Amino acid sequence: MYKYSDFDEKFVRERVAQFRGQVERRIDGSLTEDEFKPLRLMNGLYLQLHAYMLRVAVPYGTLSSRQMRQLAYIAQKWDKGYGHFTTRQNIQYNWPKLNDVPDMLSALADVEMHAIQTSGNTIRNVTSDQFAGAAEDEIEDPRPYAELIRQWSTDHPEFQFLPRKFKIAITGSPNDRAVVKAHDIGLRMARNDAGETGFEVIVGGGLGRTPMEGKVVREFLPKADLLPYLEAIVSVYNLLGRRDNKYKARIKITVHENGLETIRDLVEQEFTVRRAAFSGIDQEMLAEIKPAFPKPTYIQAPTDAFTTAYDADPVFRSWVDTNTVAHQNGDYAIATISLKKHGATPGDATDAQMREMADLAEAYSHDELRVSHEQNIVLPHVHKSHLPAIHARLVAADLATANVGLVSDIIACPGMDYCALATARSIPVAQEIATRFDELKLEHEIGALKIKISGCINACGHHHVGHIGILGLDRAGVENYQITLGGDGTETFAIGQRAGPGFSDTEIVPAIERLILAYLDLRENSDETFLSAYRRLGADPFKAALYPDAEKGRKHAA
Amino acid sequence: MSRKFTPKVVTANDLLEGDSIWMTADGEWTRDIAKAEYLEDADHAEARLKLAESQPGKIVGAYLADAKLGENGPEPTHFREEFRVSGPSNYTSSKHGAASHV
Repeated sequence: MYKYSDFDEKFVRERVAQFRGQVERRIDGSLTEDEFKPLRLMNGLYLQLHAYMLRVAVPYGTLSSRQMRQLAYIAQKWDKGYGHFTTRQNIQYNWPKLNDVPDMLSALADVEMHAIQTSGNTIRNVTSDQFAGAAEDEIEDPRPYAELIRQWSTDHPEFQFLPRKFKIAITGSPNDRAVVKAHDIGLRMARNDAGETGFEVIVGGGLGRTPMEGKVVREFLPKADLLPYLEAIVSVYNLLGRRDNKYKARIKITVHENGLETIRDLVEQEFTVRRAAFSGIDQEMLAEIKPAFPKPTYIQAPTDAFTTAYDADPVFRSWVDTNTVAHQNGDYAIATISLKKHGATPGDATDAQMREMADLAEAYSHDELRVSHEQNIVLPHVHKSHLPAIHARLVAADLATANVGLVSDIIACPGMDYCALATARSIPVAQEIATRFDELKLEHEIGALKIKISGCINACGHHHVGHIGILGLDRAGVENYQITLGGDGTETFAIGQRAGPGFSDTEIVPAIERLILAYLDLRENSDETFLSAYRRLGADPFKAALYPDAEKGRKHAA
Repeated sequence: MSRKFTPKVVTANDLLEGDSIWMTADGEWTRDIAKAEYLEDADHAEARLKLAESQPGKIVGAYLADAKLGENGPEPTHFREEFRVSGPSNYTSSKHGAASHV
């Protein structure tokens, strides 16, 4: 893992000291709230419905066991004993007290972490494939480039007051687990005809009020040109992006209004200038970063114990089949720890669970953990012989739910239970859907299905790219839930289409149940996923299941 | 045409704790909405909001929220304000004790 340089360390410590002074001056009255608010947001501190909320960056979702233990310590000492892992691979603390936040930031700095640029109109924490460095389908580990982007974008003087926030995602695999087409910039590693690796650069994707699929602005960018090219895009956006209307300020609107060709021309012109200004320092930095992301020193051991347990124990077998995937090393597996126990809050982990996950990573995963944008925790490098021991400990820690990628593995934003922007709750809907399908015992029969729930139009819960998306709104003072169908956040990207009128909080779970039971009737066989069936059949049979009364009405009318 | 005034309470978040608070008739702050001053007059409500805004050392983000009069005092009318009174729905009775913030 990347280790802070003296410069990084000094920079983060200085920011903590500055913020400590700012908090003191806010409390003693020398700063008004209007003066203080932008300062606290620069350090990731929001004020939500019931409390402050501190959003901590987990760079490209990678954590060491030491860092995870510190996150547990912070949850225990200054919060209510838990943390919430988010769709941007970050962690949020829901109950910090203003006085305590400088100490929390200091504790984060002790393990080379911070909350800088987790808010504001800046380049946010760069996200990546949670399987980076381990995935079987990977061209190259994207994290050295993600770290290079982190260093370049942190406190970049030109990009501290962009028209709006700016999110970059990067993947090293053709199978997109990082939703790169829904980011301001998406980077997908690719090979050119000569067999060289570089990046496909995608720009102007986003969800929110106006969901848009990102467009390819450069089919193949040599790796050495990454930073000047990114800088060209962001500088073009910085000048061209709208500042008159917050809802039209993201780069997706800039690209849409000006056209991809215009943007491409401007970016390429700017790129020529920027590239000339880069003296090669970025490549020197990259060369220093790369050794921090070595392949693990794989252990050589037999995997018989795994095979024996797999054949003997159906509970273990189910967990392996559902929560692990193939690793680059055939004797290894990538194990996902579900933070989606049926009925629990998606993405939440207690301090004790965080410690246990840290201990497991130290003992069995070459000291590494990952946060996925789907709000689970990943042990990226597990020798198969260790899987039975890991599973047994996960069972004891209440972390062994075998549901990754299934109906109850739901993404949900904090919604109106926590978020000041929300228009409806998300978490209880996720809890009820998961509980219901656990009762029905249909989860494994239903198979791969992504349900994603947002509690407002800003779409932190990625509902537009859920196979089934749920958007919570306030309709005349009542919570109302709209369903979208057919969304897909992967390389076969699609934005879900609204199915029809919304449902009340008591109607939404039965509606989802009707929808999924209809899918079971409609599919050709158990290999046809919900998304495949939707693509084959179109929306009509699914709408008929959602709105049976409307269907009857139509028949009567005919 | 101006809208008919509906009754209000002054609410905000506590500066240090961040939790939901309401203004009482004597200009203090309470964590119990039932003890809040029930404001039925538009001009008076604006004056109380001004008073709240003059206390930046105690509170953040004061605003007027719709309310109705219940048995014990003011109650919220919109579900958002209900959640500010009741706390998050996911941990109300759990070991996390999130509900104890009020």
